[in-house]
Amino acid sequence: MTSSEKSSLLLIPDRPVGFIGYGAYVPRYRLPGSAVARVWRFSEGGSPVKEKAVAGLDEDVITMSIEAARNALARAGIAASELRAVWIGSESHPYAVKPSGTVVAEALGATTSVSTGDWQFACKAGTEAIVAAMGLVGSGMGKYALAIGMDTAQGRPGDQLEYTAGSGGAAYIVGPADEALAVIEAAYSFVTDTPDFWRRQEQKYPEHGQRFTGDPAYFKHIHSAAETLLKETGTSASDYRFAVFHQPNPKFPQRAASLLGFNDEQIKDGLLVPVIGNTYAGAALIGLSAVLDIAQPGDRILVTSFGSGAGSDAFALRVTEAILERRGKAPSTAAYIARRTEIDYGTYVRFRGKLAMK
Amino acid sequence: MEIPRHWRIKSQRYGLVGEVCPHCEIKIFPPRDVCPNCGGEAKEEYIFSGRGEVYSFTSLYDGPAGFEETTPYTVALIKLEEGPVVTAQLTDLGDASVEIGMPVEMVTRRIRSDGDERGMLIYGYKFRPLGLGPR
Repeated sequence: MTSSEKSSLLLIPDRPVGFIGYGAYVPRYRLPGSAVARVWRFSEGGSPVKEKAVAGLDEDVITMSIEAARNALARAGIAASELRAVWIGSESHPYAVKPSGTVVAEALGATTSVSTGDWQFACKAGTEAIVAAMGLVGSGMGKYALAIGMDTAQGRPGDQLEYTAGSGGAAYIVGPADEALAVIEAAYSFVTDTPDFWRRQEQKYPEHGQRFTGDPAYFKHIHSAAETLLKETGTSASDYRFAVFHQPNPKFPQRAASLLGFNDEQIKDGLLVPVIGNTYAGAALIGLSAVLDIAQPGDRILVTSFGSGAGSDAFALRVTEAILERRGKAPSTAAYIARRTEIDYGTYVRFRGKLAMK
Repeated sequence: MEIPRHWRIKSQRYGLVGEVCPHCEIKIFPPRDVCPNCGGEAKEEYIFSGRGEVYSFTSLYDGPAGFEETTPYTVALIKLEEGPVVTAQLTDLGDASVEIGMPVEMVTRRIRSDGDERGMLIYGYKFRPLGLGPR
């Protein structure tokens, strides 16, 4: 297909690209939904999740990104010095000013010939970084680019978000399609100005528009992005073995999948929110890492993120033979989820800095 | 504020980057440019695997300045598989009890903040029990 024949809507670089490595990270602490319910006694319903992952006292987006990226490099089998970009998408960068990416790049050994930056687009900051990495690699500016979606998600004490706001994410190395374990056949981004969820400068906790977060925000953007990608690529739900959607709770992705014609079998392996919570910028990407851990060559995967504010990035992936020999080179997503220490609400309050020490 | 001190040793702190002696091939950590074994010049970079075992350990309930908010924690002497012994905190212990000889692997974690909440964040190596899978 020449450039002039390409769909004008899809994001397809001149040089085909794909993921040559990926790596997940989930911290070991778990806060059960029942522990939140015991303290806050919400009026309606119970916890939407069994439990959520909580970062330890010595963890943040920088340390978690380093571990996920080391896993991605191990699978890719390249030296960190070959990366031309280290881009991190998050809502929880430890510094307001000073890039997470410089620490991560230095720790990986990717400095000094590297573009580094932090991305912000609520829960789709990670997939935004992947779209940019596709551009960098697909234009020939660099052979490999690292894009990470990682969060230690915030929720105000007493807000329903306390049930779900979790910690975790995944790292992806974008490179030439002929080296990929999953080729990115096409991407599509759908964006509008929709104020469904935000956190103002210097505020500790986010605000959200309650029910406004559903139809006009999550569902409209996810549906429009995925539907346009399917239409423009001439594919339908049945062509994909797996689908992964942004997952703020279990119900939203299940309904979004069903509206697009996907069944429970196609989404169950990438639906991690019941056991790790909503990892914000990490959510869709760690769902994808769980799918890549089990996918077979030839499988097609549809991934659609959602970021409040609002927008969605949708990707059509095709898994290659390379997955078979590369996925065993780093810990699986399931291994991180199985590593588990349950904590109570008091410990959670301490770990997440919700306890005033002075 | 001790910015230059932390900045100068960031490579060894973040990624266990040491040296290998070109004369006697001993692995050196922390890097010191002179081989502690044969006395020859040793400036060749060597990245340690991060695997090792607990040589000895102790737990701190009353931490020194800068570490008050993370007590209690366990500090160990870790014998790296390449030979050198380093001092570091153990992390992610969960309910596991620490034992001499316990296999561990390096992770890069937040060590502390330089001063109060306005200070720079200091990152560096800690070790956790081995067992997640290959790396």
